[in-house]
Amino acid sequence: MGENNNQRVLLMPERALRLNGPSLEIVSRCDGNHTVVQIVAELQKLYAKAEPHKVEQDILGYLQLLHNQRALDFEPGAP
Amino acid sequence: MSATPNNPLALVAELTHRCPLHCVYCSNPLELQSRGNELSTEEWSRVFQEAAAAGVLQADFTGGEPLARPDIVELVRNARSAGLYVSLITSGLPLDEIKLDLLVDAGLDHFQLSFQGAREATASDISGTKSHQQKLRVLQWVKRYRIGLTLNFVIHRRNIHELEDMLAIVDDSGAGCVEFASVQYYGWAFANRENLLPTREQLDRCVDLLGRAEERLRGKTRVVFVVPDYYAKYPKPCVGGWGRKLMLIQPNGDALPCHAAQIIPGLTFENVKNRNLRDIWDHSEAFQKFRGEGWMQETCKSCDRRSQDFGGCRCQALLLAGDATATDPVCSLAPQRPKVDAILTHINVARSGGAGSASPAVDTLTKPAWLYRPNPA
Repeated sequence: MGENNNQRVLLMPERALRLNGPSLEIVSRCDGNHTVVQIVAELQKLYAKAEPHKVEQDILGYLQLLHNQRALDFEPGAP
Repeated sequence: MSATPNNPLALVAELTHRCPLHCVYCSNPLELQSRGNELSTEEWSRVFQEAAAAGVLQADFTGGEPLARPDIVELVRNARSAGLYVSLITSGLPLDEIKLDLLVDAGLDHFQLSFQGAREATASDISGTKSHQQKLRVLQWVKRYRIGLTLNFVIHRRNIHELEDMLAIVDDSGAGCVEFASVQYYGWAFANRENLLPTREQLDRCVDLLGRAEERLRGKTRVVFVVPDYYAKYPKPCVGGWGRKLMLIQPNGDALPCHAAQIIPGLTFENVKNRNLRDIWDHSEAFQKFRGEGWMQETCKSCDRRSQDFGGCRCQALLLAGDATATDPVCSLAPQRPKVDAILTHINVARSGGAGSASPAVDTLTKPAWLYRPNPA
């Protein structure tokens, strides 16, 4: 991640993605230590007013988008 | 009046014009700079600091061949510690496993390896050097590291039939991104255009094939295809708009708004040795010249697309229309578009084996009289 005029950005080859609010909360947890389940649980707590299922769907959709952009990889969790 | 500038976002650092390859479409200017004029390690490192302070996020190390700089590891480390995301755009030629390990250790974020073809004979003909096998070796080394990897295949009439073989290289590489970048016609490529511009038939097949590859590789490798400007309906937003996103620094420190800006008569360029990068970006004549919309001619000025393509490419306007302020002649709305159509007609008629002919549309057996890019002193 980088910063431009106090705007956090996700840097990747030849592109940069602005991170705000929820996207920043998600990406800062994509650190190799959080599982997807943990990210969902933490954000459901953080956005307690939102419908939990909606939060989960939004996160999965965003992670899939980042994956298709080749900005992140999923690793199989511990058995 | 010129518009108030945004921050620059990308710094293209042409570290040197020296290169072991002699590609017939090289994006370097026809007038190459010699080793003696190159910025020092300290000067480049100051440029990285100034760029980061100006808001730049990414540094693309290119050349020539950036690995021709003996201080390349130090430059990567210094750009990285200035806070920049560092890409190395390389032929992979002057590289061994030890050097690669040092580069990654210095913080290299992204490795972009260029290919001239999928087969050795084609690659050697285009680059005037034997380099293909080394590239395949480099690919095996890079796979071991967790850094961004892009393969860049430069596409034109004489290698576009090798796409399936190129995709096989991609499959095996694990690259996050592959670019099939059509040659665009400036500088060396402009001089060799007659032998590089693909036919429409070739291009249609390419679009179809890459469309299917994109589907197949989704989630694994991003497939990017850049069409040749001459075949496009609308121009590309060249460098994301003049003086809007990108600054290119030449080996000697001259700051340019794009790769080819030097061909535009009357433009003078400031040098980072004499003036702060941000100051050059904000105030220099060259960066202000085509910034915003004030310079536009009527076709662009009243066009809804002007905020998407920014009038296209100034250098292409100069090369094809003889006027750097003209609407990019590749635009279907441009008054000068017939010139581009005439070039396409010539290529497509001259190269087709006649209507209904089953013979290949392109003669790939005769060796063209290439103008190879030399290596500067």
